[in-house]
Amino acid sequence: MATMTMIQALNSALDVKLGDDPDTLIFGQDVGYFGGVFRVTDGLQKKHGMQRCFDAPISEGGIIATAIGMGAYGLRPVPEIQFADYILPAFDQLVSEAARLRYRSNGEFWAPITVRSPYGGGIFGGQTHSQSPEAIFAHITGLKTVIPSNPFDAKGLLIAAIEDDDPVIFLEPKRLYNGPFDGRHDQALKTWAGDPTAEVPEGHYTVPLGKAAIVRQGSEATILAYGTMVHVAKAGIADSGVDAELIDLRSIVPLDVDTIVASVTKTGRCVILHEASRFGGFGGELAALVQERCFWALKSPIERVAGWDTPYPHAFEWDYFPGPGRLAKALKRTMENH
Amino acid sequence: MTDNAVPLRLHIPQPVARPGDASRFDYLSFVPGAAVQRPEFDTPEPELREFPYGLIRVIGEDNAAWDPGLDPEMMRSGLRAMLQTRLFEDRMFRAHRQGKTSFFMKSTGEEAIGVAQSLALAPGDMCFPTYRVQGWLIARDYPLEDMINQIYSNEKDPLKGRQLPILYSARDYGFYSLSGNVGSRFGHAVGWAMASAYKGACHIALGYIGEGTTAEGDFHEALTFASVYRAPAILVITNNQWAISSFAGIAGAEQTTFAAKALAYGLPGLRVDGNDFLAVWAATKWAADRARANLGATVIEFVTYRVAGHSTSDDPTKYRPADEPSHWPLGDPIERLKVHLIDVGEWSEERHAQLESELTETLRAAQRAAEAIGTLGKSKPSVAEMFEGVFKELDWRAIEQRREIGI
Repeated sequence: MATMTMIQALNSALDVKLGDDPDTLIFGQDVGYFGGVFRVTDGLQKKHGMQRCFDAPISEGGIIATAIGMGAYGLRPVPEIQFADYILPAFDQLVSEAARLRYRSNGEFWAPITVRSPYGGGIFGGQTHSQSPEAIFAHITGLKTVIPSNPFDAKGLLIAAIEDDDPVIFLEPKRLYNGPFDGRHDQALKTWAGDPTAEVPEGHYTVPLGKAAIVRQGSEATILAYGTMVHVAKAGIADSGVDAELIDLRSIVPLDVDTIVASVTKTGRCVILHEASRFGGFGGELAALVQERCFWALKSPIERVAGWDTPYPHAFEWDYFPGPGRLAKALKRTMENH
Repeated sequence: MTDNAVPLRLHIPQPVARPGDASRFDYLSFVPGAAVQRPEFDTPEPELREFPYGLIRVIGEDNAAWDPGLDPEMMRSGLRAMLQTRLFEDRMFRAHRQGKTSFFMKSTGEEAIGVAQSLALAPGDMCFPTYRVQGWLIARDYPLEDMINQIYSNEKDPLKGRQLPILYSARDYGFYSLSGNVGSRFGHAVGWAMASAYKGACHIALGYIGEGTTAEGDFHEALTFASVYRAPAILVITNNQWAISSFAGIAGAEQTTFAAKALAYGLPGLRVDGNDFLAVWAATKWAADRARANLGATVIEFVTYRVAGHSTSDDPTKYRPADEPSHWPLGDPIERLKVHLIDVGEWSEERHAQLESELTETLRAAQRAAEAIGTLGKSKPSVAEMFEGVFKELDWRAIEQRREIGI
């Protein structure tokens, strides 16, 4: 089986869908001839033709509005927003239109679009190339939000998203594009080679939306993470010495609440880890759910480890970034308290 | 600083008349004779650049070139649908005042646009409407009772009580789902049209936006995409002079025409008398022929007038002269088509009165049937419907929350 980077796995997913479904098409800034600034759509225009993968004006609102219209017609467009930080000009289209079209029309129209967008920090991208906006989408009923953490999932989840009849925001952790982040920014980036999750089948397969992965079994605490933070969590667990169970949520909407509840009920402790700012972040929802459903099993307060409540600061990137050290501290705290 | 510097002044556009002033429409400039001749639909855009500044009119004008030469039966269909629309709206406006619904908006004075375009376009084309083109549905014989059920949000509301009254969705009638956000579907029309072209189909899209909403980014984004990808679409700006209480100048009408906004995108722009059923039809047909020939989109500004308030929540006499509607220089679309049909010997006052009576009776029956089901608050769809249709499949949240309220 081929070993792929996440970029190659995403490219393979798009290649598979362009190949097996003539109603799937890709458009966005720089995705056509050039193959995307991160090369995710590299070679797709040449292989599948100009009509299937083409460049769009610098107009995020226009890209999403157009995609919704295409979706209403019956196509399955896969628009790319070049960075998730730039998705806000299209926010009204996503919130007021894509998310509600099926509901308000009583099923007469819907928007089966998959909006791909690189997101997250760890690449010295400053405020406008590092944000993690997943919580604002999770709050909008009618959107699904998917975040892979490895090449195998990236391909399977992306194919599942494209085949889904609801609008999906597909956030690609760009820190993981070329290799698994080991959580330690002062060490060289690893490659995906040798990582079992980088073994990616060439053809069609799906990873279902809404099914979390238990990345590591553990008995003392549960860590809820997604995207880049799954890799930070692995490092943090190693540093802490705590036998923690690590759950990769894979998608925050739909959310696999059963897997979360089963794990926290078993371990009795919960640490939530995400890159986005803490206040009002998705960790708040996760903490509330765990509290509601696992309160009597909890042996210590739920901990949240997240980005600080500032814009993403360029020079202070690694001070802002919730690294393994902060997670390890939280894990120890959750053990020490009780 | 230069020697001749003077303090700058900020310009705040003002309408020519406010309550208490004499009504005036002299700000509407029409270049006499400009853009009268009907060009071939495949005329290159650079040869069409006078059209955004003229005004295409047919009824009452010696302008045979643009006369669509409609069969009298079709004109009578148009008259019937316009009249039915007006009667319907008057009745629903009263229903609002009687507390039978929460909200309503009238298209009084603008009926020619939705009706003529509905009849001029083909089944399979898709209209991306605003809230003032319900004449589209009436012209295509959408059941009045269903429209009223939607307005009453009753048990038989086709949209299951999820939408504000008049924000219809009627796919089988080529009528896309309305949203309360102005302008947000203009780009959907372009995307839909692009999809039709991508599939090699022959259907075109019709998008509507109000003149005030041309200030939204959606408008410019849609025109950019329509231009770049030559989308087979007709992009209509209904310039009814008022965006709630803001006159058209606040949206840029002091500087240029709305049709002329097409020029910067390399799209043809037609400026058309929107109260002239035949001119609306002719311009629509011209743009449709162009789109169907793969020549791309056309922007049409329909110059019209919003006779009624913005909605049931609005009192227009607070911001414009009370008699302004009666001074509107382009007349009433229903009256103009009626007189035209009488002039050509295809109609009479008697037949008109009889038609009005028939339509009123049809409407009464539909309203009675809808009221038998119930008005707002007296009847509604099952609350279980509230949770349906957010996603294709119910997720655990919907299942749990439905259980929480005991259903």
